[in-house]
Amino acid sequence: MVKQLFIIITLVFLVIMLLPLMTEVKPFEDLSLVSQKYVNAGPDELGSQNLVTAVVVTYRGLDTLGEVAVLFIATAGIGFFLRKKAVEEKDMKSKASVLVRTGTALLLPLILLLGVYIFLHGHLTPGGGFQGGVVIASGILLLMLAQSDIKINISLLYWIESLSGAFYVIIGILGLALAGGFLDNRFLPLGDFGRLFSAGAIPIIYSLIGLKVGAELVGILNNMQRSQ
Amino acid sequence: MLIITVLGIILVVLGLWGMLTQKNIIKIIIGFSIMDTGTHLLIVSIGYIKDRTAPIMDKAVGNASQVIDPVPSALVLTAIVIGLAVTALMLTYAIKLFEIRKSLDINDFKELKW
Repeated sequence: MVKQLFIIITLVFLVIMLLPLMTEVKPFEDLSLVSQKYVNAGPDELGSQNLVTAVVVTYRGLDTLGEVAVLFIATAGIGFFLRKKAVEEKDMKSKASVLVRTGTALLLPLILLLGVYIFLHGHLTPGGGFQGGVVIASGILLLMLAQSDIKINISLLYWIESLSGAFYVIIGILGLALAGGFLDNRFLPLGDFGRLFSAGAIPIIYSLIGLKVGAELVGILNNMQRSQ
Repeated sequence: MLIITVLGIILVVLGLWGMLTQKNIIKIIIGFSIMDTGTHLLIVSIGYIKDRTAPIMDKAVGNASQVIDPVPSALVLTAIVIGLAVTALMLTYAIKLFEIRKSLDINDFKELKW
């Protein structure tokens, strides 16, 4: 009973803490100063049509590198905890229905294509490396559901992940050496505003992030599937 | 955007309630995910400005007085990915705990209780 009381008190305090967001905070009439700088200078300076991408990949690129590192550490932790029991219990899995298998054969190439499209056009349309990587991983999940005895090539996954991570840092250092700072995208020509090959290194960085995130998530799915 | 703020607060409180009252570890993780989503909605609602559009510049959207704040959107993008990673890690812990005790009830794990 005391426990229930504590829970209710905690929740009431949380509501009281969050209520000013609703009542006190006035809706913004204009952008904050930092955002104004990003919005005004972003298209000319970086050549990126999507300003969220400009903020994520270049202006706050170091944060994104840290984010990729966190994702990598989480994947490494999952691989560490679920690493055993790779060989036994094969035959207890039942076969997927013909509907799932046919649907997978039809949809898998389209899903992979959509994922690649999303991370290649991250600087032009809503989307980017993380979203594209998740879409690719969802396609592989469909494949795992359809063919439960499928073997994912683990070493290929590790190579994709490591190489894209390494190239991400190398591109960052190239920006430091050839342009304004770490992860600066302007060491490549900015190109025509709004075309696929524009915005300097942003499409390359986002493609690398997409491949890395996709490989990591497929690794997580593979670990979880093997451990059941 | 008030309705999104209200929805975010409801989800945060609901998620914390689930984490505090539920006994099943999977349900606790679901509560965490709900709370995560609530905070994302709160951050996004802070960046919204009335009658403006997404910060993607083209012929129709040309200057700073037509777009919303891109910084909260970028922050939420980061937060979603981290939330995904943390949720996957928690599910892994749940799998390992189930292997050890053959149970997902949080009351069966008394080692850290006091």
